[in-house]
Amino acid sequence: MDSNGMSSGYADIIREIEKLKVEKEEIENRISKLEAQLDRKPDETAHLEASQCCSNVQTVLDGHRSSSNGLTPEMIYRYSRHLLLPDFGVEAQLNLARSSILVIGAGGLGSPVALYLASCGVGCLGIVDDDVVELNNLHRQVIHAEAYVGKAKVKSAVAACRAINSLIKLVEHNESLRASNALDIISKYDIVVDATDNLPSRYMISDCCVLLDKPLISGAALGLEGQLTVYHHKGGPCYRCLFPTPPPTAACQRCSDSGVLGVVPGVIGCLQALEAIKVASGIGETLSGRMLIFDALSSRIRIVKIRGRSLQCVACGENAELTQQKFRSFDYECFTQSPMSDRVISLSIFSTLVYESARISARLYKDKINEHEEHVLLDVRPAHHFRITAIPGSINLPLSVLVENISSIDSALKAAVPEASGEAASLYVVCRRGNDSQRAVECLRKNGFPLAKDIIGGLEAWSRDVDPSFPIY
Amino acid sequence: MHLTLEFGGGLDLLCQSVKIHEVDVPLMSETGKMKMRDLLAWVRTNLIKERPEMFMKGDSVRPGVLVLVNDCDWELSGGLDMELEEKDAVVFISTLHGG
Repeated sequence: MDSNGMSSGYADIIREIEKLKVEKEEIENRISKLEAQLDRKPDETAHLEASQCCSNVQTVLDGHRSSSNGLTPEMIYRYSRHLLLPDFGVEAQLNLARSSILVIGAGGLGSPVALYLASCGVGCLGIVDDDVVELNNLHRQVIHAEAYVGKAKVKSAVAACRAINSLIKLVEHNESLRASNALDIISKYDIVVDATDNLPSRYMISDCCVLLDKPLISGAALGLEGQLTVYHHKGGPCYRCLFPTPPPTAACQRCSDSGVLGVVPGVIGCLQALEAIKVASGIGETLSGRMLIFDALSSRIRIVKIRGRSLQCVACGENAELTQQKFRSFDYECFTQSPMSDRVISLSIFSTLVYESARISARLYKDKINEHEEHVLLDVRPAHHFRITAIPGSINLPLSVLVENISSIDSALKAAVPEASGEAASLYVVCRRGNDSQRAVECLRKNGFPLAKDIIGGLEAWSRDVDPSFPIY
Repeated sequence: MHLTLEFGGGLDLLCQSVKIHEVDVPLMSETGKMKMRDLLAWVRTNLIKERPEMFMKGDSVRPGVLVLVNDCDWELSGGLDMELEEKDAVVFISTLHGG
């Protein structure tokens, strides 16, 4: 028990150091912001403060109107490269300045969307998210800085946008978007950008946009692929026209399980910002009725024609059953059989399948090691996970190939004990979070290993309860 | 009939992680033609190596899979009854939800 006491003290110190580092970063940030204010010319500072006080989009335009086209001198200078484009010009820039756009999700997609929409000068930019910034977000969620780890994503995103453009109105919605609040929030905006990471949110946002008649710019990214289209715009289809029935839960991969190359949501997010700018400013031809499919590995972008609006669609069809009242009480998580977040769910159904005697806690497993119990530790994660980190001495046999290679476990168990002793080695099974290891134990117990045990909570529990220096991912 | 088949959005994992397949598919002997319905059955038997329920449901693709023939949604050309032609490019793509 002593060693556990020591390791929890070690973890406390690490946590304290991390906390102090965050505080230090914050203070440094505040200092640099104040220094930037000192560097700014006095008249410029006054101008910025005046516009920050403006409470709506129109007053920004009216309050400082000094040229006949409606753009203030500061706007003309700031957005001059837009104004120089013959296809964009004053009118499109004014349309942008008069538009309000809601970005749902401040993650991998939402980061570039918010940064570009803020910098390009939309009148009002709202951001919804209830998540906090984590260190393993930063490789792709480029709007967030290390100083904001542990803090609300919305606060971080809005601060980053404000630092770029103090002329626009920024609205923080530090809450999760649900059927109960979506109508109220979305109704305040002209255009919606879906930058979420889960299936039920996608159905919910599309339905809400149909009910409120808002164009929806929808992007998605996973692994090395991305997809993008515009829904419910100029007579085009909605999400349900394309996907009337939700896919099976097993087909819904998450970035936290399958991984994602950081720049892939970056590319899709940039293109979402572009579509939003086109819809807001009224220029060009949007992706309504078409879908852009991006394959990063082969550097290919395919643009395909998709079906039009379906007259039978339950959301936007001729006899659509969807009403605001029905929407508010619709259970999207139940409809899609998946949760409204990318967060980890532990497998509870298996606790009834795998008996308690077939399980062991990470701490008790550590005791077995200390007692020098002869055993084999089988790690059933995919091989590329095993290469990230593993408990020393463990053997990797991925769950997907467990059955075909079951004989190799026999030889490993025999090799673990001296031949003369006549004793049998124990068999423990571990995975990342303790879900696949339960499936593996189920399988092993049916295939000649009735004493196999699953380490509860997997390597995450090992790191948390036994060895805080063991990396989690 | 020579066809180029492509699997995306994770469906490639069902056919040994190979995305593009150049294939020669035998025609239905009675009609001498090839409908999408026939192609799906052939793909299921010949290319899908694991979890066929992640590709098909009943005699069509499972919900959440888009089928594109020559970069055009198959729903615009008859779906299961659409007739394929020599050298058509057929893409099966699973919709993504991550971000």
